[in-house]
Amino acid sequence: MITSKKLSTKILIYSLLIIGVILSIAPFYWMIVGSTHPSGEIFRVPPKLLPGNYLAKNFESLSESLGIAKVFWNSLYIAIVYTVLSTLISAMAGYAFAKYRFKGKNGFFFVILCSLMIPFQVTLIPLFEMMVSFDWLNTYQAIILPSLAAPFSIYLMRQNMQVVPDSIIEASRVDGAGELRIFFTVILPVTRPALAAVAIFQFMSQWNSLLWPLITLNSKDMFTLPVALSSLIGMARIDYGELMLGTTLSTIPIMIFFLLLQKQFISGILGGSVKE
Amino acid sequence: MEKTEQVVSTASNYRTKTRKNILTPKSAPYVFIAPAFILILIFTVYPVISSFILSFQEVRGVEKTFVGLSNYTRLIHDPVFYKSLINTFQILIVQVPIMIFLAILIAVGLNSTLIKAKSLFRIAYFMPAITALVAASIVFMILLDEHFGLVNYVLSLIGLDNIPWLTTPFWAKVSVIFVMTWRWTGYNMVIFLAGLQNIPADLYEAASMDGAGKVKQFFMITLPQLKPVFIFTVVMSTIGTLQLFDEPFILTHGGPNSATMTITLYLYETGFKFFDFGYASAIAYVLVLITAVISWVQMKLVGDTEQ
Repeated sequence: MITSKKLSTKILIYSLLIIGVILSIAPFYWMIVGSTHPSGEIFRVPPKLLPGNYLAKNFESLSESLGIAKVFWNSLYIAIVYTVLSTLISAMAGYAFAKYRFKGKNGFFFVILCSLMIPFQVTLIPLFEMMVSFDWLNTYQAIILPSLAAPFSIYLMRQNMQVVPDSIIEASRVDGAGELRIFFTVILPVTRPALAAVAIFQFMSQWNSLLWPLITLNSKDMFTLPVALSSLIGMARIDYGELMLGTTLSTIPIMIFFLLLQKQFISGILGGSVKE
Repeated sequence: MEKTEQVVSTASNYRTKTRKNILTPKSAPYVFIAPAFILILIFTVYPVISSFILSFQEVRGVEKTFVGLSNYTRLIHDPVFYKSLINTFQILIVQVPIMIFLAILIAVGLNSTLIKAKSLFRIAYFMPAITALVAASIVFMILLDEHFGLVNYVLSLIGLDNIPWLTTPFWAKVSVIFVMTWRWTGYNMVIFLAGLQNIPADLYEAASMDGAGKVKQFFMITLPQLKPVFIFTVVMSTIGTLQLFDEPFILTHGGPNSATMTITLYLYETGFKFFDFGYASAIAYVLVLITAVISWVQMKLVGDTEQ
């Protein structure tokens, strides 16, 4: 009696969970399949659920209308440079706040906490004016620099640096290591998981970012993927095959990374708030 | 005696080293925070102040004139701004509870001892959270097409009429909520799942020894223990929704008839379509005010739970 009740609950939970999984995953499948069909076929009723043979053709026309290779490169270059620099900057600041006593520390930290709470939309207009006066529209630095010092990542690094025992820092000082060397050879290696989480977080937020690049980039050869995709929608005649391929290209690299490093990814995207 | 010697030798060690190293333990922290702090001063603090001043100005080309509160009084009488406020809050009030409820439901299901392959399920549910909002919105824009979309096709199989997902005010809002829920439920679910796994098992053991059933345990133990996680996810989702932009921008461009116009989308249009910088700055400051008030209320709630 009890086992049959257990079995039916089990079946119920499994079937609900599987329906949820299908709802989560199906759009990905459909997007990838769509990238292999010509525009007209994507709207065929009943829908085509198996891959077609139009992938190369879609790629060709996407290269023509967008210069997709350059767009992809822009996104990749910006995201990588941004990730490396912002992770380093956050780690340095986080380390100073966690492990040093210095005048003005609380004041500096207060400014960082405040900037954590302010919606970034407030800065859009003055930042745009600034980019115009620097003559930085359509440049990589316009995308990379304004959000390079990420308050949340600094905060996160500080939390993680606090756990590092003072004794190992003291020991390296006694051994004669300089402050910079301690940071690079002692601190960074022991905080690797936190660094990975922050790096993934920063990479994802930059790779997916739309609003700021949309404002600062208006020349096609500087577009990032999200901006390029949104420009495709604005066209008079939307080619849905191109559009599907574009979204697939912006999603697949992240998907592969995610499947390879899913634990670090989840903790990274959740901002290190979930640990395993 | 030995101790003082040690201290002296350490101190002299420091001195010899400082000659070799550029940074001393005294100057090092300033050097470490300098890049972050300088960037924040230039790209956050200055714009926040500048934007505040701009909100009292009218900008024509390069000319700026102070106009007092007129941007703010204009806001009060602006029907589109009202609409964007109402839309944002409607979406917030409907979407966040639905999503949090689904996230808890899935997390509890996944946490059940009857379920195997948990990590596989977790990967699948988390997948939407790694996609760009732009990509997700584009895919759903096509899936939700009124005449040829897959969603209406599936609905037609069970005998339902075509739903004008993106072309009528009501359904356009539903579509935005739909995409947001698809994108963020798994994300929140993983946070709840971690919260569930952190509940000490002996709490349940003690309860079942006292004769409490599964349902009672859920309401007496699980839900109260999840409260901090619950508040965290609600706060994060609320702040995110107040800044909603990508989904309505791609799906509906704020339409039809401004039905999916949000605060940030309106700010974007005012600032970068009409280049009305003063007015856009006033919109931005209203957003700051709303965020501050809501954060304050939510922080008070958190404070209450800690007592």
